[in-house]
Amino acid sequence: MKKWNLIIDVDRCHNCGNCVLTNQDEHVGNTFHGYTAPQPRHDGAWIRIRSRAEGQPPMVATAHLPTLCNHCDNAPCVAAGRGAVVKRQDGIVIFDPQLAKGRKDLVDACPYGAVHWNAELELPQIWIFDAHLLDQGWHQPRCVQACPTGAMQAVQLTDAEMQEQVKQDQLQVLQPELRTQPRVYYRHLTSYTHCFIGGSLFTGEQCHSECVAGARVRLSRDGHTLGETHSDDFGDFRFSGLARNSGRYRLDIEHAATCPVSLDVELREASVYMGALRLTTVSPGAISVSPVTPEESHHV
Amino acid sequence: MKRTLLKSILFGLTAAIRLTALRSPEFRKQLKSRNLIAQIRLKDGSIARHYCLRDGKVISAAGLHPAADVSIAFHDVTTALEFVKPPADQAKIVHAAKHFKVTVAGEDALVVWFMQLLNRLQTASLTMGQAQRDGTVRYTTNTNGGPLFVYVKDGRIVRTTPIDLQRDDAASWTIHARGRRFSPRRIATVSPHALALRSMVDAKNRLLYPMKRVDFDPNGQRNPHTRGISGYERISWEEALDIVSAEIKRMKREHGPGAIAIYHSSHHQWGNVGYYLSALQRFGNLIGYTRVHLNPDSWEGWYWGAQHHYGNSMRLGTPGGYGLVEDCLKECEQIVFWSSDPETTSGCYAGFEGTERRLWAKELGIDFIHIDPHYNPTAQLLGGRWMPLRPGSDSALALAIMNVWVNENLYDHDYVATRTTGFEEWRAYLLGETDGVAKTPEWQEAETGVAAREVRALARRWAARKTYLAAGGGGQGLGGAGRNPTGTQWARSMILLMAMQGWGKPGINFGNLQAATPLDMTFYFPGYAEGGISGDLHWTAAAISNYNRMPHVLSMNPIKQMIPRQKLADAIIDGHSTGYSWDGVSLEAQFVPFHYPLPGHSRVHMLYRYGASSFGTMANSQRMVEAYRHESLEFVVNQSIWHEGETLFADIILPACTMLERWDIGEWAGAGAYGHHIQEQLNHRMIVMQHKCIEPLGESKSDYQIFLEILQRLGLGAVFSEGCSELDWCKRVFDSSDLPNHISWQAFLKKGYFVVPPASEAQREPAYFRWFAEDRPKDVPEPLPLPSQYADTFGKGLQTPSGKLEFVSQTLRRAGEDNPERQALNHYLSSPEGPAAGERFERYPLQLLSSHPRYSFHTYSDGKGSFIDDLGDHRILKQGYHYWPLRISPQDAAARGIGQHDLVRVFNERGAVLCAADITPLIAPGILKAFESSAVYDPIADGKGGTIDRGGCVNLLTSPRPIVKGSSGMASSSCLVQLEKWMETSACPV
Repeated sequence: MKKWNLIIDVDRCHNCGNCVLTNQDEHVGNTFHGYTAPQPRHDGAWIRIRSRAEGQPPMVATAHLPTLCNHCDNAPCVAAGRGAVVKRQDGIVIFDPQLAKGRKDLVDACPYGAVHWNAELELPQIWIFDAHLLDQGWHQPRCVQACPTGAMQAVQLTDAEMQEQVKQDQLQVLQPELRTQPRVYYRHLTSYTHCFIGGSLFTGEQCHSECVAGARVRLSRDGHTLGETHSDDFGDFRFSGLARNSGRYRLDIEHAATCPVSLDVELREASVYMGALRLTTVSPGAISVSPVTPEESHHV
Repeated sequence: MKRTLLKSILFGLTAAIRLTALRSPEFRKQLKSRNLIAQIRLKDGSIARHYCLRDGKVISAAGLHPAADVSIAFHDVTTALEFVKPPADQAKIVHAAKHFKVTVAGEDALVVWFMQLLNRLQTASLTMGQAQRDGTVRYTTNTNGGPLFVYVKDGRIVRTTPIDLQRDDAASWTIHARGRRFSPRRIATVSPHALALRSMVDAKNRLLYPMKRVDFDPNGQRNPHTRGISGYERISWEEALDIVSAEIKRMKREHGPGAIAIYHSSHHQWGNVGYYLSALQRFGNLIGYTRVHLNPDSWEGWYWGAQHHYGNSMRLGTPGGYGLVEDCLKECEQIVFWSSDPETTSGCYAGFEGTERRLWAKELGIDFIHIDPHYNPTAQLLGGRWMPLRPGSDSALALAIMNVWVNENLYDHDYVATRTTGFEEWRAYLLGETDGVAKTPEWQEAETGVAAREVRALARRWAARKTYLAAGGGGQGLGGAGRNPTGTQWARSMILLMAMQGWGKPGINFGNLQAATPLDMTFYFPGYAEGGISGDLHWTAAAISNYNRMPHVLSMNPIKQMIPRQKLADAIIDGHSTGYSWDGVSLEAQFVPFHYPLPGHSRVHMLYRYGASSFGTMANSQRMVEAYRHESLEFVVNQSIWHEGETLFADIILPACTMLERWDIGEWAGAGAYGHHIQEQLNHRMIVMQHKCIEPLGESKSDYQIFLEILQRLGLGAVFSEGCSELDWCKRVFDSSDLPNHISWQAFLKKGYFVVPPASEAQREPAYFRWFAEDRPKDVPEPLPLPSQYADTFGKGLQTPSGKLEFVSQTLRRAGEDNPERQALNHYLSSPEGPAAGERFERYPLQLLSSHPRYSFHTYSDGKGSFIDDLGDHRILKQGYHYWPLRISPQDAAARGIGQHDLVRVFNERGAVLCAADITPLIAPGILKAFESSAVYDPIADGKGGTIDRGGCVNLLTSPRPIVKGSSGMASSSCLVQLEKWMETSACPV
């Protein structure tokens, strides 16, 4: 049995909003009997994009995460629904617009916050994967069609085929620890969930300084090397995909023309841009580094 | 023989009317709507037939009728046959009309009605759109952000979707680059504002009835001082149109030529018939008006600056782009995005067509640099080095890059020596030999805030790699820093940078993959600048192709008086103004001033306002509030679709309908001469029927119909309409294009669109400017420079006096060196809306960047209860109100105690606007960013005796100062402001 799954590439989402808008276009003011009642005109969107922006100028990172009903196979809403929420054979979850009336408890049943309360109609509502269109022969839900970057992809696969693709493409689901078995998968999810440590290397003084390109930068923790990179033409280096609140790291910076430097960095809630780091070109052995705050290095 | 034929046709017409009425309920309805006697005759009366139309029935008889309501008289039988014998030849018909070979008599409204009825015989039985299995009918339309399918059921729009191309649509192009094949997705991508269309049609603030300001009495007290304050009452169309037409007549009678000014916004709806350059222009020419002359909005820096170094006045000073998608994918190693955010501005009109191509560039490993005060959505998607800089300081960074190139010998010596002039003088300036200030990376640091070492790194990288410079949103100009107070300096510097690196050589050009794909630009379909049905040969590009391809009666505004749009408020309040022309024909046209008022002409006493609100889009718009209330302005009529801030300053409001409620036709992104061949931004050229999908809501009418009904009160309905409905005009536009060679009118109406087949590989245009780099005759399809403008042989060299790229502009030198703001050599001057403002900077220490919006198209689709309002990056919902977001750095927010989404008062000496703070590290400290174009002007009391706009029109704060002295260029994308947390005190609507 082939079932529907949605794959979202976080790195391809740039928050254009087309998915949100097509869903409003499809569902505001339109009733699709047996599928869903209308979405409220405002403030009730079934597709929502969460955004993160961190770091400091000029080194920042952004990620946009479209969220919608996960159409879980082990869906808490289906369990709580007492017949008001149905899991179709093709994997799609449908809230019965009649039976679910007044069931505000179903909003709370969803650990992802993907069930939205339509106050006017007294209905819990979800993004329905545009099942009404798929049943008419459409090949994809509307958000997928309108996405300009190809960040969204709807695939109809058997569960085994889908798990194969999950492995192959390293797809992830939101909060797997909940064991709800979502059918919405994410590529590059760590761009949203994780953060970076970065900095910009330079030599020289205020009157004349130069970016240090090609420095070898090693990231380690407790003596274990976690990654290695080289600074670019602007002296920038960056380690991405680091877990939030993951604590202390060590950076070792080496370049043939400068003194080696080691630095400790503490990673808390958000990414750390260490700012402009001055390396010295004096005799080997004299370890020296003078961190300059981003504000100082970039005094706009 | 001919006489017999004519008699038979006139006889057969009766049967045709009856038969059509039998088949078409709509025709039947139209036939039934009037009773009249119409007659068609030869002038000498030797052949005549009259038709009695009564209660939907028609009877006819040979011979003259003594009391015909409408009479159409042909000079001779040959002329008559040209009109009535199918297929009609429009050129002959228009020729006959122009030379009085045909005349009409009777009440204008009846004449038009009868002529439209006869035309309706041709269209009544056509099938529009395609019926779908679910009971909907699928129509098509076109928007500022791409074409759409429109699904309608029971007179209601169910959904609008992007158009997926079908198998029977033309194939897509393929580009081979670096061992890979690139071919675009088979879909017409659309912008967010296109997808919000349905919510704009049934928007909460649609104007549904004509209205009159309660304290406006055309025969008594007019109370201009309460405009924007007093309320409205609903009136009938009869009353509204009677007042408007009576005022037009009174203006002519009492004040004389020039008393009426027409003031329109630039981007209203889409389509060749209903566009402002089409129906409005024709209407204006028929009443005579003072032209409110537009600045080349969004092209300022290029038009008033850059073109003087290399030409391209036709493109308002921006570079072109033929063949550059292919060249970039094959050759380019790095793209420098400089104030270029195509993921926000979509080039222009182009949906997300360029997005896929930029992602190809990423896959190919092309490097990206982003020079912009904001880490914009393009940077977010593509990644690459961000170099934030102070708004308005861009040229300092550019000069420093060039300084490094000179000092480190990193420029293209051969190109500079053979393809440019004036380099020695420029070099001396860069090195400080002439003014004692070397334009070093260290020098620029104080201006831009960018570390000198980073400038050096960028300069070296640039010189070492084949680089595309993406200047402005389109990649070749448009928007960005070109709209700010130093925009001319920036645009000029962009040209000079490329002049030092061999512009036109493989992989070295302007662009960001937004333009240009290998489409077939030889296929003719008129763009909007070609004037549609205007018949205006002076102020549209109709004379080039449209006028002879679609024969129609020309129209002309005999009034030469003009007011620059930037100075409209001043002209009304002060009674005088001076402007400089937007005229792409030559480099020098812009030097010639025009003055208001002209001798013998009237000051403006009536404003005909058309289209969307401009409080959000025009610099220093607060002044317009004062102008609207000026006593010299006796009458203001506003013809709009929505209640936006500005409609409420009118005495009479005429409700227009959206393009989904009327007929039109247009090419996606087809701007004609306003943007020569800019459809090359698209992956597929698409010409779209804009079906009338639903009936107009409420009592609203199409713009065309409103103009027609006003003009009928002046006896000009037949002249305006040529007896055509909007659908008839669509057919005439269709016939004027190359479409009939490929698709029938019937099939086009049914399917709704046509995809123009792309050029074959052998037919593709060569890369732009390659000819110049290689010193060959020009080989791209640009009609300008005009033949007389070549300094040497026709087709060789540029439009400049030298025919070369000029580091020091000869046209500016000839225009006089007395303009310190625009010298022949591109001197650096700090922005007047930056730290150099001194005392003002102390009072207003933040630079507000107000750039082109991402989710709306200017005001189009903003406000109105549109779906767009729900996007958190467009508006922020707070206490039940959708506020305009203001992006602010964490440092600036903390310094003022401002938290996320707090309401903030943004202000300077020009006004105050209420926004919601969006705290983000994506903007450097000292800088704020908001979109430029709120459609909502909603002043409330500020608790200090003044008002504050909570709609978000940040242009209330921008400077009226022109971009450079001696220009009419708007410089509105950055201004100095201060910010404070808004304490909700006595705020209430005023």
